[in-house]
Amino acid sequence: MSRTFSIGGIHPHDHKISVNASIEDFPLMDMAYISVSQHLGAPAEPVVAKGDTVKVGQLIAKASGFISANIHSSVSGTVTAVEPMPDISGNLIPHIVIKVEGDVWDESIDRSPKIVKEIKASSKEIIDIIAKSGIVGLGGAAFPTHIKLSPPPGKKAEYLLINGAECEPYLTSDYRVMLEYPEQMLIGTKIMMMALGVEKAYIGIEENKPKALKLLKKIASKSYKEIKVVSLKKRYPQGGEKQLIDAIIHRQVPSMGLPIDVGVVVQNVGTALAVYEAVQKNKPLFDGIVTVTGGCMTEQRNFRLRVGTNFERIMYAIGGFPKDAVKLISGGPMMGKAISRMDAATVKSTSALLLLTDEETRRGEEGNCIRCAKCVEACPMGLEPYLLNRLARAGRIDDLETNLIQDCIECGCCFYSCPSNIPLLDTIRLAKGQVLRIIRSRPKK
Amino acid sequence: MKKLLVSPAPHIHGKDSTQGLMRDVIIALSPSLLVSIYFFGFSAIKLAFVGAITCLLVEFAIQKYIIKGKVTVNDYSAALTGLLLALNLPPNSPSWLVFIGAIVAIGVAKMSFGGIGQNLFNPALVGRVFLLVSFPVIMTDWTTPVSWFREGIDATSGATALSIVKEGLSKGMTMDQIFEANNFSYAEMLFSKIGGSVGEVSALALLVGLVYLLIRRVIRPHIPLSIIGSVMVLSGIFWIIDPTHNPDPIFTILTGGLLIGSIFMATDYVTSPMSTKGMIIFGVGIGVITVLIRNFGAYPEGISFAILIMNATVPLLNNFYKPKRFGKEVKNG
Amino acid sequence: MTTTILFTVVSLSVLGLLLALVLYLVAQKFKVEEDPRIDDVEAILPGANCGGCGYAGCRAFAEGCVKADSLDALYCPVGGNDTMKNVASYLGMEVAEKAPQVAVVRCNGNCDSRPKTNHYDGYSSCAVMASLYAGDTACSFGCLGQGDCVVVCNFDAIKMDPRTGLPEVDQDKCTACGACVKACPKFIIELRNKGPKNRRIFVSCINKDKGGVARKACAVACIGCFKCQKVCPFDAITMSNNLAYIDYNKCKLCRKCVTECPTHAIWEVNFPVRVPKKEEEPVVEQ
Repeated sequence: MSRTFSIGGIHPHDHKISVNASIEDFPLMDMAYISVSQHLGAPAEPVVAKGDTVKVGQLIAKASGFISANIHSSVSGTVTAVEPMPDISGNLIPHIVIKVEGDVWDESIDRSPKIVKEIKASSKEIIDIIAKSGIVGLGGAAFPTHIKLSPPPGKKAEYLLINGAECEPYLTSDYRVMLEYPEQMLIGTKIMMMALGVEKAYIGIEENKPKALKLLKKIASKSYKEIKVVSLKKRYPQGGEKQLIDAIIHRQVPSMGLPIDVGVVVQNVGTALAVYEAVQKNKPLFDGIVTVTGGCMTEQRNFRLRVGTNFERIMYAIGGFPKDAVKLISGGPMMGKAISRMDAATVKSTSALLLLTDEETRRGEEGNCIRCAKCVEACPMGLEPYLLNRLARAGRIDDLETNLIQDCIECGCCFYSCPSNIPLLDTIRLAKGQVLRIIRSRPKK
Repeated sequence: MKKLLVSPAPHIHGKDSTQGLMRDVIIALSPSLLVSIYFFGFSAIKLAFVGAITCLLVEFAIQKYIIKGKVTVNDYSAALTGLLLALNLPPNSPSWLVFIGAIVAIGVAKMSFGGIGQNLFNPALVGRVFLLVSFPVIMTDWTTPVSWFREGIDATSGATALSIVKEGLSKGMTMDQIFEANNFSYAEMLFSKIGGSVGEVSALALLVGLVYLLIRRVIRPHIPLSIIGSVMVLSGIFWIIDPTHNPDPIFTILTGGLLIGSIFMATDYVTSPMSTKGMIIFGVGIGVITVLIRNFGAYPEGISFAILIMNATVPLLNNFYKPKRFGKEVKNG
Repeated sequence: MTTTILFTVVSLSVLGLLLALVLYLVAQKFKVEEDPRIDDVEAILPGANCGGCGYAGCRAFAEGCVKADSLDALYCPVGGNDTMKNVASYLGMEVAEKAPQVAVVRCNGNCDSRPKTNHYDGYSSCAVMASLYAGDTACSFGCLGQGDCVVVCNFDAIKMDPRTGLPEVDQDKCTACGACVKACPKFIIELRNKGPKNRRIFVSCINKDKGGVARKACAVACIGCFKCQKVCPFDAITMSNNLAYIDYNKCKLCRKCVTECPTHAIWEVNFPVRVPKKEEEPVVEQ
């Protein structure tokens, strides 16, 4: 019996056309453009300068501040510059530019394919290794993992949930990780359980991935009995943190709350793999599995892509920018970010590159709200997008807060279901930012 | 370098469109329309045609020449209003009647409030009630015109079942006597006409439309079910108290405008509540008011007024009955 | 019949009189004591309720004027100096004359000089676009052209020019209330002195990138070359972050900087058209 969340949701076609593309190593690029801001929180500070030689896995930028993460080089070669460069939104961010020479890895990294099952590190050591290795959440938000695994005093984790839902259409990187590195992922889960001090973990997988479900259930029931593999209904946004917790253990994170408030920590499948590689193989985070897909592409791919790969280089590798494509999205079609500059480069949290044609993505003309309430039916947080949009356009901040705009998870179900093509989420996202700023600036009681 | 298309997320859209939804409602209405053409012949076609075309023209003229804004007639909502208005009229109505009704429906009830999405009252019902109050004689003349499909059957003065019952009760007859005198049977109500407006005939055709709308996810079942449910309960209570002078619940459901009202008029997006709790209260209110008007009011049919009265409460219902919020109740599993 | 009419008239009249009495007594008992001067000052004000004065409407401003010790900090941009003089004379106070101001759009990057590098397909609001990314051109500071400033103007004084994609201010209708200044997410619009004979000079650019980057993105960008600052005889131009800025209080409208600027980033408004010299282009009235 598949579990699911209780409010709202939509059923877009899952378009898992890249489902059979097994993970291949992306051919090594000539130049690497590594951003110092690849995570939530303060940008890292470069510890290399022009002219330095670096190895793969070498620390090149240090975490600065409480919420920050280390950054390691994904290539070996010479640093040619440390200068501001545009990111995918065109904003200037300092980048470390490296001219690639060979593929020399740091000696401490264990490159053998052997699966290391025995976990020798203690809980405290695990957190330190994860912090040292620059691991951030690979589900999209890029929150530093070592902080998430260290709940603040007064809050205790009861469960660890691994997010294998991959509810975004087109994406299959997590699925391929589950198929090709199942045991490594489970060991990574066990490591995180040890760090948190929890005894039970769940892995939630949508039922459109039967092979992954079967494989993981088999391995877990044999050797990792404390990890329970759970089937989830195929529904968007099943992989949303709050929806996942509601579906698997039937707890609802309260308004303005975090999962730890209900005793849960959620981590992505890719993060679990990265944790395994860091703790068991001494490999810091400098690459990830990225789905490169789209209906207009002749061949769908899943690459193990190194951080700092230029988008033009990726297009070159797939045979050029497809003729019919008009939009290149970093992430999925519901919550991903449309790329405006091809001279930008990938970051740790890049999980997919999606190419869409004009017909698939061009927005229709906006009409009047016909009060059909389809947006209300679709909203997984039980909000009223038509009303929030109207209040936002009228600038009624107080009413927005009363109607809980701050709980919006920006999933996009409202815009998806609106028959009048009203850009609901555009205005709601902006107004939500304004309301949150006001809420956070209030003096705490 | 190629000029990429950039927009905020989401980058894909579902298949629903206003035009598609209105088209689905028109399709759901077509069984009733076909049945009424069978029974009433050319009159039904004439009324439907004049209604739809007038509504389209009025909306076009107001949007283009008075407001001087965008013309949105191609979303089919005006055509739908015209069809619904026509289906609410007596089959023998003259063209000018539906013409005037259409002008009132679109011009007064819809456009003067700001166009689609802004009106408070159901436009087709406002048109119908306007005609009922202004031209009571024509609006209660239920003469059935001859249909070429049913050769050999003369024009009959087919008063609606409800008006027959009301008249009979006021004369002191009992329900059984009334049924006997008029050869009423449930089969007849379900499958054919018992005298009524163009759209009141054949409950079955209307129910087919309901199923279509539910399958296509155009409407949710809360409003029709709560109307029908509350009507059955309340009329059932009256019937149990005095079965000789009160119609039974099945009769109540199958006659009059109840089915067309609860399936097509009360479920109009613009004038119905936005949350399921609000929808249920809306439906119950309509059901209660309908039964009260039918049993105690001067009019034999009450659903048009009931829906319009409850339309007025919708903003209040939207304000007080919000959908279930995520995280408000802390469940533990 | 007549008794009915008589009864009706008498009873309704008595009812009316009783209710009128009740209303009068209640109005007297719950009367709010207010300085009667506030009503008079409010009558002098233009009544636009635009908030340009910084108060919540004309009545609040009138209250502020009556309660204030001095009118120096109070100014109604819609009514201008005339209105403030009338208010001052009514209240028996002095008020200094303020230079009339107008909204100025400090960006001249139209479709030709600042070509588009991508197509925007989201909701047409500058605020949404600005929060999404750096814009649909290579200049991340320039006008986004979605018209948030137009929407917010209460006086119909700013409109998008479809040929250039930039907003255009109607100096006769503009009251310098500041609504468009607040609405622009890129801080492109500034309130500057209208100037004698409505003449003013300003740097029509707010790009803070290095000269080369700015010039590549837009043909009429300020490249921070210092030439204008060097040639200004009145020390009115300051340079900061690769961008020139003209202080409108010091500027004497000599126009030397306009001819000196190599990218034509400095604009002169409402001057007579110059006879074109060899390399110069005639500057068009805005």
